[in-house]
Formats: sequence, structure tokens, C-alpha cells
Amino acid sequence: MAEQDWKANKRVFAAVSLPTLLWTLLFFVIPMAIVWFYSFGENKGLTEIEFSGTLENYKRATEYLYLSIFGKSFAVAALVTLICLIIGFPVAMAITFASEKWRPWLLLGVMLPFWTNLLIRTYALMMLLGSQGFANKGLETLWGGASWFKTLVGLQPLPTWEPVQLLFNNFAVVFGLVYVHLPFMVLPLYAALDRLDRSLIEASLDLGAGHFRTIMRIVVPLAAPGIVAGVMITLIPALGAYLTPDLMGGTDSQMIANVIERQFKKANDWPFGAALSFILIYAMFILIALQAMRKKVPEVR
Amino acid sequence: MTDAPKKPIIQIQNVTKRFGRVAAVDNVSLDILAGEFFVLLGPSGCGKTTLLRMIAGFELPTEGTILIDGQDMAGIPPNKRPVNMVFQSYAVFPHMSVADNVAYGLKIAGVKGGEVRDRVAEALDLVKLGGFEDRMPDQMSGGQRQRVALARSLIMRPKVLLLDEPLSALDAKLRAQMQFELAELQDQVGITFVTVTHDQDEALSMASRIAVINKGEVSQLAGPSDLYEYPANRFVADFVGSVNIFEGKLTLDEPDRAAVDCPGLGKVYLNHGVTGPHGADVWVALRPEKIYLHVPGEGKAVRAAAQDAPDGHNFARGCIKGMSYLGDITLYDILLESGARLRVSRPNLSRHDQEDFTWDDKVSMHWRADSPVVLLG
Repeated sequence: MAEQDWKANKRVFAAVSLPTLLWTLLFFVIPMAIVWFYSFGENKGLTEIEFSGTLENYKRATEYLYLSIFGKSFAVAALVTLICLIIGFPVAMAITFASEKWRPWLLLGVMLPFWTNLLIRTYALMMLLGSQGFANKGLETLWGGASWFKTLVGLQPLPTWEPVQLLFNNFAVVFGLVYVHLPFMVLPLYAALDRLDRSLIEASLDLGAGHFRTIMRIVVPLAAPGIVAGVMITLIPALGAYLTPDLMGGTDSQMIANVIERQFKKANDWPFGAALSFILIYAMFILIALQAMRKKVPEVR
Repeated sequence: MTDAPKKPIIQIQNVTKRFGRVAAVDNVSLDILAGEFFVLLGPSGCGKTTLLRMIAGFELPTEGTILIDGQDMAGIPPNKRPVNMVFQSYAVFPHMSVADNVAYGLKIAGVKGGEVRDRVAEALDLVKLGGFEDRMPDQMSGGQRQRVALARSLIMRPKVLLLDEPLSALDAKLRAQMQFELAELQDQVGITFVTVTHDQDEALSMASRIAVINKGEVSQLAGPSDLYEYPANRFVADFVGSVNIFEGKLTLDEPDRAAVDCPGLGKVYLNHGVTGPHGADVWVALRPEKIYLHVPGEGKAVRAAAQDAPDGHNFARGCIKGMSYLGDITLYDILLESGARLRVSRPNLSRHDQEDFTWDDKVSMHWRADSPVVLLG
């Protein structure tokens, strides 16, 4: 076996893995370690940080203000994940059961946004949702039409159109995050559903179950590994989302990543920013550990 | 089985199924009788599975009607049809225990807990899986999973049980055992079984009637022995069992006897009439096990042939060019003097029998006058 050959030959193994190891060490482990050390340090002057081993930064992070932002970030990320799951599951099912001819195009449609810069996508979305955006213009036209129809049948016209505030609030943040993270949910779900033996679905129908019951009793349980993967892969980046709440959120919609950014930039408090960052990382570790510990669902053959 | 009422439970009337331009099933009409073990036999891609899936409701006929117990199935989805299916892959739900798998349909139908438990136990006993209730499918062998699939369908007490290649995934020994068990089970529960298979042994051993399907059409519909001994055409003769087929001309055609002159095989005499005009081009099919081998010389063979055929008929000479020893029988590949090849099989009646003939031996052969089959198409 080729695989065993390179495992047996230590030098080949080293040659293959060393560059990756060095890369990870230099550009991931060392910077993370520096940030980790910062989180136990104190600011001394503008650029100087003393590693004093203090826990003051972590203590400050447990203040109500920061805990509430952590809590809110979790709530937003959880809501985004849930909405992604509710929208993504039928989408993944539709792709799975689409004809061979259509499937690659549908998958392309899901993946296409990935190939566009996040900033550009976010601005495009903002143009859509702004007070002069397409959404509001469309609603205004409908409003005008309804008003005209009312006068036509001899009623008072509707009051003047007021644009709906679709941007710079929590709705905009959730909307934007769902938009950005939907592909993360759809792709693992599709992968799980695609592996599903179609005859299991047919067997369920054959035994008298309708489509809804077949989905709830057969498809969802067997797609559970994909659902868990999709939830994790959506929840974790949504939790650390920075750009979307920054651009689309209002003053009350900041998430934890925005607070961290402010510590490193405006507040110039790197030790506190580092502490907040690591609390976020620990939280994600816990999530991943929980996923690893979950009851193993038998693989679909 | 013989005392079962012979009314059709499934009526397939002029059913055609086209995928794009290809007709997978082409104007098929057949009746499946209540209580019989019906087999759809054919090579892969012949449309037999499509036909089965149309009965189950997973495919819809492009044209034609399917009636189950007199009721038109058009527009009736699979979950509302009085049939159940055992899938080729068994489709046992991997996330449910054996008991939950078997109980699935009953629970959907709203049957109460106590009755579900009793019927699950009963169904598992029927397929000899009593005590396996709490097993998970991944702890079971392929044969056991198949029994779970069988129990899961039988518990629904369907009017018809459909089986898609039920034995194809089992090893040879288990397959032979399951052939018997399926036939026995069918006899026991009295439900009509409709099985799809490409394996002629399977079909012959289990079926009460077999429909041979070729290119989407029914080639012949008959009982196992009729199918084997009286194939209606070359496709059936060749597909069911192995056979030697020779082209020839009908030279004698009377109500009680017939003769065919085959350039490859020689003069063939039959002690019964055939349907076909005098001088017609026909084919003669001769099964390998119906040919007697003689060694050496030919006197004995000629005398044996002459017992029920005129001189010079039903007799051939050749040379053994190949042998394959299969344990119970030995197959001989014989080069005839005409240059044609003939396959002959011979039971190994004694433990040293196979030493009688060997490569390059000159042999003569004869067959009885009721052995050849004359085919028109």
C-alpha cells in the first residue's frame, strides 16, 4: 500500500509534512501564543505591553456589559443557524432530488456567492435593503398602487409612504448573516442527503408513510451527521462575525467581534482584546468538543 | 397452492413505460393470479424492475393500466397501494432496531402498542428471527437484514408482496437455502409473491409461473418446466438454461412426426408434430443434458438412436475439444465433423466416471426423438 510506504519511510514522511508543520507553527501557533500571552498582560504606554501574568483582563471580560454582548452574539448566531437550517434543509433536499442535468447548476447557484468578495456582497445587500433600496422601492410601488385602488373605489387614499427601516438594526444583522452563511449549511446537508440510500425513502413510502412522515422519521434522523456538521460550520463563523454587524448593524447590534476589534484599534487595549478573543475561542472549543461527544449515529450504507 | 382461487390479483394491461425515447417496458399485458409465486425473469436492463416499480407505484406507466384486485392504480401513490416491496438493497432503516423496523408500517397505520408487539413477534418468528428484536441492522448479516425486510413487508399483510432481486446479494449457499425458504414462506402466508430476477435457477426453483422479459416485452409466460422443456423462441431457450441451437430446414412435417435437416448437427427427427410450413427455416434447440455420449466408435450410438428415429437421424460424431469438471456433472465441448460445436453435459454417476472421456477423444452422440425443440423465431 502506498499509504503505508510513506508512513514507514520516516524521511519521506518528514519531507512531506514538515513544510505544513512549519507553516502552521510560524503563522498560526506562534501568533496565537503571542495573543494568548497578551491576554495576561497590562498596557504600559502606547505600544508597550508588560506580561505580568494578571487575570485582570479576564475579570473585566466577565463584567455585565461584555457578558451581555457575548450572550447576544450567541443568541444571534443561534438564530442565524436555525434560520439557515430551516431554509437550507429544503434547498438541500431539492438539490438532492433534482435531475442529474440540473444538480450541478443548482449547486453552482449555492456556491456562486462564495466566489464573490464578502465586502462586495454585503454592500450589494445594503443597497437592496436601504431606505432608497429595491426592497423599499418595491414596497412603495405596491403602497402607491393600493392607495390608487382605494381612491378608485371612492375611499380615502393611504397616508404618505414612509420607508421601512430595513438596515442598521438587528433584523439587518440576522438577515445579512443568514445570507452569508446559508451555503455553509446547504453544502454539508446536501452531502449527507446525497449519500442517503433512496430505497430507504421508497421503503418508507411503501410501508404507508406520507412524504412528511418519511422526512421526519427517515430523512432527518439519517441526515443527522450532516445537520450537526452544518450547524457547527454555520454557528462558529456566525459567532465570530465581524463585517456584517459592523456594516449592517445599528448602534445596539454589535457582536463580540466588533468589541474585540475596538480593543485592538480605537481603545488600543490589546491585552483586553486578547482576553476577549480567547474567551470566544474557548467557547468554540467547547462547542466542537460537544459535537465530538455526541451519540454516534450509524453511518448510512 | 393448487387450491388457491385462480383469479387475477394484478392485471397489467397494455403497459408501456418510456424513459425519454427508450421504451423500458413495451406494451406488456399479463395477469398475475392470486396466491401464485410469479417471477419476472430477464437479463439486466430488460425492463423487469421497471415493471415491478410500476406495480409498487414508484414509476408511472406512460401508457396502459395496472389494476390491483380490480382497482385501477392510476393516481394512487405507493403509500396507498395494497402491495409491499422488499428492496434489492433491503432498505432496512439503519437507525432503528429490528423491532422498530418491522413495526414501522403498523405504527404509521395507527395500530395500537400491544397489537404491534404481538404482530412484530409473529412476523419475526415467521422469518426465523425471533429474539432479534433489539438488534441494530449493522449488527446483522446480509441474510438476516433481508429477513427483517421480509418481516417488515409481510406484517402489513399486503395483497401482493413484490421482491426486487431478493437473493442477488447473498452468497451461493445462502441463496439456495433462501430459495426454498421463500417458496415455503409464500405457501405458508398465502400472499401473492411477484419476484424480479435475472437468475434462471432462482426463477425455476421458486416460481409457479415465470414471465421471461426481453427488451421490454414478454417473451414467454409459462410454468418452470414448460419454460425449460418447451421454450417458445430462441431467446427463452438460450436464456433459461444452456442450450445448443442449430439452424435448419424443415423437411418432414406431419401431425405425429417431423424432421429437420441441420447443416451443423445433421438430421434431426422428432416424434411429434411441429407448427411450421414445409421447407421453412427453423432452429433446433437441444439441451446439453439430453445428449448421450458414447466412446469409442459409433455402433452403439447408431443403434441407440435408431430405437426411436429412422436410420441416420439423431446421431452425430465429433471430438472432445474441451472439458470442464463441475463436480456433479462434467461439461464437454465437442467439435462436430460439420465444424460446429456442441455442448454436452454428463452426470458423474460414479466417483471415477469422469475418466471415461478426455481431450481429443473421438466420440459419438445420440439423443432421443422427444428431446429436440423446433423453434420458429
